[in-house]
Amino acid sequence: MADLKVTLSGLELDNPIIPASGTFGYGYEFAELYDINILGSFSFKGTTLEPRFGNPTPRIAETPSGMINAVGMQNPGIDRVISEELPRLKKCFHKKVVANIGGFSVEEYAECCARIDREEQVGIIEVNVSCPNVHNGCMSFGTDPLGISAVTKAVKAVTKKPVYVKLSPNVTDIVPLAAAAAEAGADGISLINTLLGMRIDLRTKKPVIANRMGGFSGSAILPVALRMVYQVYEAVKLPIIGMGGVTSARDVIEMMLAGATAVEVGAANLIDPWACPKILAELPAVMEQYGITSLRDIIGGAH
Amino acid sequence: MKQGIYTIVGHEPLTKDVYRMVLSGDTSAMTMPGQFIEIGLPGFFLRRPISVCDYDESTITIIYKVVGQGTDVMSKMQKGETLDALVGLGHGFEVERSGDDPLLVGGGVGVPPLYHLAKRLLAAGREVTVILGFNRAAEIFYADEFERLGARVVVTTVDGSVGVKGFVTDALPEKFSHVYSCGPMPMLRALYGATQGVGGEFSLEERMGCGFGACMGCSIMTKNGSRRVCKDGPVFDKEVLAWQI
Repeated sequence: MADLKVTLSGLELDNPIIPASGTFGYGYEFAELYDINILGSFSFKGTTLEPRFGNPTPRIAETPSGMINAVGMQNPGIDRVISEELPRLKKCFHKKVVANIGGFSVEEYAECCARIDREEQVGIIEVNVSCPNVHNGCMSFGTDPLGISAVTKAVKAVTKKPVYVKLSPNVTDIVPLAAAAAEAGADGISLINTLLGMRIDLRTKKPVIANRMGGFSGSAILPVALRMVYQVYEAVKLPIIGMGGVTSARDVIEMMLAGATAVEVGAANLIDPWACPKILAELPAVMEQYGITSLRDIIGGAH
Repeated sequence: MKQGIYTIVGHEPLTKDVYRMVLSGDTSAMTMPGQFIEIGLPGFFLRRPISVCDYDESTITIIYKVVGQGTDVMSKMQKGETLDALVGLGHGFEVERSGDDPLLVGGGVGVPPLYHLAKRLLAAGREVTVILGFNRAAEIFYADEFERLGARVVVTTVDGSVGVKGFVTDALPEKFSHVYSCGPMPMLRALYGATQGVGGEFSLEERMGCGFGACMGCSIMTKNGSRRVCKDGPVFDKEVLAWQI
């Protein structure tokens, strides 16, 4: 029988499939559709210290084989996530969740992570230093090794939970950024966040998205994500959560061969709310087709 | 919400760029007039959200305007072809709130979702007045269909070529119990101003990512905080919409 189990920093997952932050809310829209306990885990909506409404609409544009979003980290704030969202989630999800945390200063990241550290439902903290849709925050940390180092150290000082730093692909070389996170004590690396992109409306002759630019995701970005996961796997000895354009079981296997221990599925959830259960259902057959008995065995197999 | 494969059993143009498509398949997820479906098209990543004009036990009728590449591809599809759709999306019009003599106001491609609503209201014994606003005669569709249901129909055209010359707000009746509307934002704004003191529900349009509440791509700020047009709407109580923002 196909063995789908993987382990991220001591946290054993039944399978490597994790819906990506921002495409799965806090879980319950999907819990209405299927038993989300079949997932390895899921990464909840990027959460900040203060509540945020996000950017004006339009926030969404379509691209060839993908989409652009400029939601701008809309979320109810860490305190309401702890007092309302997590208790509600507990009723429909009995596994550990990945807490995706964003911020605008080193202190804010640390404060947010200190508060979520007390929550036993959280298995991993995914520190988002790479959101392209907010000004003066997030991605400006994620594209600078010193910024990544400072955020990682500050977060590690306030939590005992494994800390995964989610990197931005909007850099010339991903390796120094992954290395900075590793040196600062990160337990793992998540990559890639969205690529900064743009569409222009031919009728108005202006950008489609109100914020002008946004994060490009979807199947179109899979090769970029694979390349960066491959590079980071070679450069740092930390577990990787790979993501970017994954829409099928074959993509999952490809991502694991590149070096990912677990795989996040993002935009695919938005066009097919049953994307993750479908990937899980087809994984054993695709594994068998390629002579794979255990997913653990293939991590980094392409190297 | 359900996902299904739907067969095109009817498809024809109503005007130069507005088409009616009848889809056959599982309609059990449809619960209210004013809900929408999300259509997946080969070669396009995102689905197209399109309001439901009418539905019964086995068919869904949609009316859409060709506005871009996706709807252009859709307009060339033939009877017998199939489409993947998410069905029964969003919160629609609340029939129970109508009172005795509700007013339905549609502007352009905002007209279709009012059709099933009118059907339901007339079946409940309400006296229904429908105002349909268009720019010019060539753009008019469905006025006869609403009349055949038994509604009192008033057509307005901006150029005066048919019916009342002007906007929908130039044709408002003296008295009505509740107002239901769908159309462009400037029309809704004017209608809101002209229907103060009477309750109502307006259907909004927004660019969407998922269509079922997951991505926050279509959030708007209301008087009660942020709401998702796709999941909390598209139909909202007109009083909670933040007209000043």
